[in-house]
Amino acid sequence: MAKSYIPLLIILGVTVLNAVGMAVASHILNPRRPTPQKAMPYESGMIPLGDTRHRFSIKFYMVAISFIVFDLETIFLVPWAVRVRELGWGPFVAVFFFVVVLAVGLVYEWKKGGLEWE
Amino acid sequence: MLLDYSSSFHYVMALLPELVLTVWGMVVLIAGVSRKQREGPGQELGWLALAGLALAAVTNGWLYSGVSEAGTGAMIAVDRFRLFANWVFILGAGMAIVISLSYVARQRLQAGEYYSLILFAVVGMMFMGSARDLMMIFLGLELMSIGIYALAGFNRRDRRSAEAGLKYFLLGAFASGFLLFGIALVYGAAGSTNITAVAAAVQDGTTVAGLMIPGVALLATGFAFKVSAVPFHMWVPDVYEGAPTPVTAFMAASVKAAAFVAFLRVFMVGLDGLYEQWANILWWIAAVTMVAGNVIALVQSSVKRMLAYSSIAHGGYLLVAIVAANDTAASGLLFYLLVYTIMTIGAFAVVVTVGNQSEANARIEDYGGLGWRKPVLGVLMTVLLLSLAGFPGTAGFIAKYHLLLGAAESRLWYLIVILVLSTVVSYWYYLRVAWYMWMKEAPPGADSADPAITPFATRIVLVVSVAIIILAGIFPDAVLELAAGSAESLRGVAGGRQ
Repeated sequence: MAKSYIPLLIILGVTVLNAVGMAVASHILNPRRPTPQKAMPYESGMIPLGDTRHRFSIKFYMVAISFIVFDLETIFLVPWAVRVRELGWGPFVAVFFFVVVLAVGLVYEWKKGGLEWE
Repeated sequence: MLLDYSSSFHYVMALLPELVLTVWGMVVLIAGVSRKQREGPGQELGWLALAGLALAAVTNGWLYSGVSEAGTGAMIAVDRFRLFANWVFILGAGMAIVISLSYVARQRLQAGEYYSLILFAVVGMMFMGSARDLMMIFLGLELMSIGIYALAGFNRRDRRSAEAGLKYFLLGAFASGFLLFGIALVYGAAGSTNITAVAAAVQDGTTVAGLMIPGVALLATGFAFKVSAVPFHMWVPDVYEGAPTPVTAFMAASVKAAAFVAFLRVFMVGLDGLYEQWANILWWIAAVTMVAGNVIALVQSSVKRMLAYSSIAHGGYLLVAIVAANDTAASGLLFYLLVYTIMTIGAFAVVVTVGNQSEANARIEDYGGLGWRKPVLGVLMTVLLLSLAGFPGTAGFIAKYHLLLGAAESRLWYLIVILVLSTVVSYWYYLRVAWYMWMKEAPPGADSADPAITPFATRIVLVVSVAIIILAGIFPDAVLELAAGSAESLRGVAGGRQ
């Protein structure tokens, strides 16, 4: 029982090491040329201090929402793809419908001009 | 045909109306962006959406006539209660779309999104009506609510519409949280989110009372928000007033109907064994909702706002049916929802017309002398108002009468008295509009503000709905039998408390 959790522990260890290693390595290795922009706390490209009621470009929102949609699509598709042979045709049709729905959303976004940057 | 889910095809069958509308909503959406923006007002998209609703109604009828299910444990119920409710939602959406046709064109709203959002919201309502699983109810509720949030704020050139959208979104999301937490607690107490399984666990006494009671309270709070019961009604007047009028009609009728159908199924079937616990609380909510809704409606100067409070009051009447929780009350609720949908959207159709397909002329003074200037419109509005008030000879009276029958069967005498007295109060504000229409002078400059024309489609909706109201008010038997037959299927296995 407890044995089956060992791979999970290994993943956890690798993840932590990876994250810490990246942070430490870039701290040691990178050349340091600070500018005021670089010295600011990171806030997804926005200025982190000041009034909260200011306008920002709708593009942030468009990119974020497109990302979320396709991110979730992957999350739902991968478990299905892993077991596709055992599951058979019923789930295939269901997943196909799911992808079609997302494709319709993409067509809508495209036609509406949501993918145009300028 | 018997659905036992032995083949995947049965799942498609059970969800046929929902699937039709989902696909149709996407078709309307794509059709909306495929056409050029300048290519006319987009009424053809409205007719396209109506065709989808008609197709869904037909498939729903096929399910009603020939399909039954094996057992009552499935996530999606295929019972007549659900299918009757589906018809009510489809009818409400159809009427809302018809009165939107000219409004959307005149306000230059984005037609494709508007009509497809209505269709998607109807899919959500259908899931709420059909769900035999608390998670499905939540999913349907969110699907419906997200569509309605967007619709409430749809007119982005209008500040009040934006305010309505934001207000509804923030408070609605908050209420969804209550509902979800309630579902989580009920799941913790009963070990399942399936309503049939919850009912069985409650019957056997295997639930954890410390989790169950707060869970039921939170469920009741979430539903009470969605049916806009007092004291969870604060958002209603502002949202109903700010939203585009056809959307307000849709919200007042169909959203409320969907919430009530799910409310009834969860409490009457799933939590039947806990009747003693929740009946008292809902008794008070029903009483306060009826009194407060009607009394505050008395002092409104805007017809749209008055109808918002009137819809709160009608929510109170419908809560009486849930407190009664017997078969008569359930069929009374279904019948009431049907009649309420017709008369509410009919009244809003008049508001849209008098407002000249915009948000103008909503004050009660603007209705002064309308009956003499526009006799047909005046007569139709008068009948609709009488029916909303519950005047004998209209369907509103029959519907209220059957709610009272259900309440009497459960011996809720005080609630009956409150219902009747608050109905008497409601006569004042409904008939005040009629009084302005027939007894008052037109406001200065009214001729220029007059509704130029009543669009042909709106005319048909008005005439048909008034005809149904009068017909069902005099010969209600056919519809009542349909509603009673539909409600019987609700308690297949639960059927416990008498």
